[in-house]
Amino acid sequence: MLPQRFAAWFAVRGWQVRDHQLAMIDAARDGADALLIAPTGAGKTLAGFLPGLIGLDARARGQPRGLSTLYVSPLKALTVDIARNLTAPVTEMGLAVRIETRTGDTPASRRQRQRRDPPDILLTTPEQIALMLSGGDAAHLFAGVNRIVIDELHALAPTKRGDLLALGLARLRQLAPTATVNGLSATVRDPAALARWLAGSHGPPARIVMPAPGAAAPPHLAMLGTDGALPWAGHSADHALPALYETLAANRLTLVFVNTRMQAERLFQRLWAINDRGLRIALHHGSLDAGQRRKVEAAMASGGLDAVVATSTLDLGIDWGAVDLVVTVGAPKGASRLIQRIGRANHRLDEASRALLVPANRFEVLECQAAIDAALAGEQDAEVTRTGALDVLAQHVLGTAAAAPFRPDDLYTEVTGATPYAGLTREDFDRIVDFVATGGYALRSYERFAKIRPGKDGRMRIAHPAIAQTYRMNIGTIVEETMLKVRLSRPRSTGTGPTGPISRGGRVLGEVEEYFAEQLGPGDTFVFGGEILAFQAIVENEVIVARSAAKEPKVPSYMGGKFPLSTHLARRVRAMLGDRAARTGLPDSVAEWLGLQEQVSRLPGGDGLLVETFPRGGRFYLVAYPFEGRLAHQTCGMLLTRRLERARLQPIGFVASDYAFALWCARDIGAHAATHPGFLDDLFAEDMLGEDLEDWLNDSSIMKRTFRNAAIIAGMIERRFPGMEKRTRQLTMSSDLIFDVLRRHEPDHILIKAARADAAEGLIDARRLGEMLLRIRGRIIHNRLERVSPLAVPVMLEIGREAVAGEAAEALLAEAAAEMEQETGLAGGGTAWRGG
Amino acid sequence: MQAAERHGAADDMTGTPLVLNGVALVLDATGLVWHEASRTLIGADLHLEKGSAFARRGQLLPPYDTLASLALLSETVRRFDAARLILLGDSFHDRDAGARLPEAARTTLAALGAMSELVWITGNHDPDIPAGLPGGVAAEVRLGPLTLRHIPARDPGTGEIAGHLHPVARIRTRAGVVRRRCFVSDSRRLLLPAFGAYAGGLNVGDPAIADLFARPAFHALGARRVLPIAADRIG
Repeated sequence: MLPQRFAAWFAVRGWQVRDHQLAMIDAARDGADALLIAPTGAGKTLAGFLPGLIGLDARARGQPRGLSTLYVSPLKALTVDIARNLTAPVTEMGLAVRIETRTGDTPASRRQRQRRDPPDILLTTPEQIALMLSGGDAAHLFAGVNRIVIDELHALAPTKRGDLLALGLARLRQLAPTATVNGLSATVRDPAALARWLAGSHGPPARIVMPAPGAAAPPHLAMLGTDGALPWAGHSADHALPALYETLAANRLTLVFVNTRMQAERLFQRLWAINDRGLRIALHHGSLDAGQRRKVEAAMASGGLDAVVATSTLDLGIDWGAVDLVVTVGAPKGASRLIQRIGRANHRLDEASRALLVPANRFEVLECQAAIDAALAGEQDAEVTRTGALDVLAQHVLGTAAAAPFRPDDLYTEVTGATPYAGLTREDFDRIVDFVATGGYALRSYERFAKIRPGKDGRMRIAHPAIAQTYRMNIGTIVEETMLKVRLSRPRSTGTGPTGPISRGGRVLGEVEEYFAEQLGPGDTFVFGGEILAFQAIVENEVIVARSAAKEPKVPSYMGGKFPLSTHLARRVRAMLGDRAARTGLPDSVAEWLGLQEQVSRLPGGDGLLVETFPRGGRFYLVAYPFEGRLAHQTCGMLLTRRLERARLQPIGFVASDYAFALWCARDIGAHAATHPGFLDDLFAEDMLGEDLEDWLNDSSIMKRTFRNAAIIAGMIERRFPGMEKRTRQLTMSSDLIFDVLRRHEPDHILIKAARADAAEGLIDARRLGEMLLRIRGRIIHNRLERVSPLAVPVMLEIGREAVAGEAAEALLAEAAAEMEQETGLAGGGTAWRGG
Repeated sequence: MQAAERHGAADDMTGTPLVLNGVALVLDATGLVWHEASRTLIGADLHLEKGSAFARRGQLLPPYDTLASLALLSETVRRFDAARLILLGDSFHDRDAGARLPEAARTTLAALGAMSELVWITGNHDPDIPAGLPGGVAAEVRLGPLTLRHIPARDPGTGEIAGHLHPVARIRTRAGVVRRRCFVSDSRRLLLPAFGAYAGGLNVGDPAIADLFARPAFHALGARRVLPIAADRIG
């Protein structure tokens, strides 16, 4: 079964080759693609590489060498980690195999050498695959590849990077037709879908290999018990700080996961404020400087830390050391995310991982319980695959042309072989090719600037080598947020705006995302780098701040919408609310709260929708409890507001949480619903997802964001787009201007279609909203109340915390102006002049 | 940005009066300035053919910017029935812009020239105005005590209207920050927002703008009117 040299190595280590490792070897011998699904610690990496190593070992002496095995992982750091782990067995077995890594950090000279003289095994990333495929030597370089290993496939496949990799795989299958593909994945909801992704849509699906169930010990999962009542709302989990600190003190290395960078910053600051026992607590998130992160990682590996507060940057598969305990602060929002994070604790399969969940408010108690139940039942809810994005396709088309001229018919066949693009229509494909060539505009004015052109042979070829150069500089699907430096003003400065001089020249504290800085007004306080800062102004590309004595930052650390509550957990929470028995064991304050709700109104549960209406402070409120996540609720609230306007109920505002949304009107919506049978059914009718959605979306800031990303990925604008007027001060031309012009002159442009698809999928959750509307049809229960219900309190507390929605900007601006006009004695309206 | 909101019906557009060294002006929500006494409309920084300047370098931006800017300009000239239109420089994005002007744009410009007297003030982007266009070319134009020029002078003398800097304000409102093109002025100087569809913006807090004014007044472009904004709302 196992070649002698390999069997001997296993024997020396005292290891038993595992069944799933043998199954991977079998698949390779049969020339089949294989998908290995196993939890961390199951010897997955070795299983993925064994067939390749055996093949390399059996290679006849004197046979020409060249690239034989490609390994692709989503993380640079993982390639380095794997190289290290792979070198040990290769050396110990005395295999004549050269292993190298290639990432964005690899020096250009070594990358060039790797193309001339490639290693046997190359460990790399999806972006580097795309880069190598765009070279004129791609056909030669990849011709001898017989094995492709894709790691952390569950994390790659449902993303745009996965789209890019799927297209790259389709290309590789042409260049190296005998290569087989091995996918390595954590446990997923739908293994068959992932197997189809791996093998492409033109071949048989990959063989699925799973270790026998029961091999892994079930994890120990619990909620952190705290004294006293749980907060109604909020995401800070401050009530649990003392108990959390005790937990950190009682364990060796603890990983504390939170959902956003700002939450990480804040929790880190709070923990240090009570760190009277001098625990070694570190911070790890994506915005920290890479050197800083590496230091933390090294300290973790060497046992020099007691706790690390981290975001999802530590979610993925690197073995950082002996993690004792995993804590998640705030609900994990999805069962798969929880399972993934639990996997960070204890990489040995036979020992139980330990995890502790810290709910930040009452609803999160229900959600944490649902997540624990789901994780113990082994239920997964993360999306496994997706429909391929058109902007990524555009990038791939240009990359293909950069390598060699292509025939559109052939390329269409090839890309539809990538599973995410199996359903791509020829029309959309042709529009994307046209977009790459001349922008795809109805006004055909860019023929002379075409990037690719058909030759006499009908093949599309690149118009100029410089275009390939630019393509290579802009490769990839991750659009970094524009970052602004955060700089302290000089202490003596009292400047508050452009009128008072802002003294710059203080220390640079780090960087924040531009979109975050954009929402700050003068005097607003926020947490950064573990301290509270007051915003003064944005000057050039810097955010000028002063240290603040404030105890609480004014700008909430929770940036909503990062991970909405998964459909699966939502269903579990609703079921829990509908089932008295399932609620036993919940903390007292939660049980009392729910009991009270049953008395004054009722509990939402099952598949219906509870809608409560009540008057408060001269306004009339409607609160609904769909449990479909903040994004779907926001979309729903926005669309309902439009309908209520038409019904002349004078809606004023709305607010959404993961569990519920509230909207309020100047007129009595409860009375209206009571006297107009069918009103609520009509209000929640599915046709709200038609024209109303289109109208709203086209005007929204959401579309501007997805358009920017699509325009960068598709190559309409370059990554360093602003600041191209080479001056020290930037005249930033935002992609918003481009979007405005395009949507007014060519609303059906393919890039607007791409941006709309991204928005519908990722940011407004239109599909989920549609499913919800379908579910609740005919099952809306209206409870008309005298006053706010206990269950409505959390979402009511969100009112006023919401940032400005793009649509309201004009009204808010007028309000700001009116104040000025009053001060200056000008009549509001300023109608002094009318042209014409 | 505000471009999306500039297509309000012409008849409900209202202007805001501003007096600059005794000269009565009206700020228009399009970013143009109206001088009733001489029936003159003034605008800055059209940056025509910026889109094709990018396209030439491989970034194929939507080729509609020039037509969009000229359409709004024509509409506004008609609305005011302006006798004269003075453009304060950087009307064209680069020296070759004239060669790339689409035929439709030349037609629109010809029609504009027939409606009103066109004056092209030269800017750093367009030191030479493309040949074959209607109107005259000047480095500066006098309007009573005011000088109209592209780059603001260190000393505005008896009054100045200038462009070049593309002022944009971040305005704090009750529920967040809103970003708008804006006019910046004091008693002797008026700085115009850029008019072009693809013209970028520079924060009014930038020293390049802030240093020009002792006590600036800000007027942001709204959908149908120009909105005066208090200095302490801007940052």
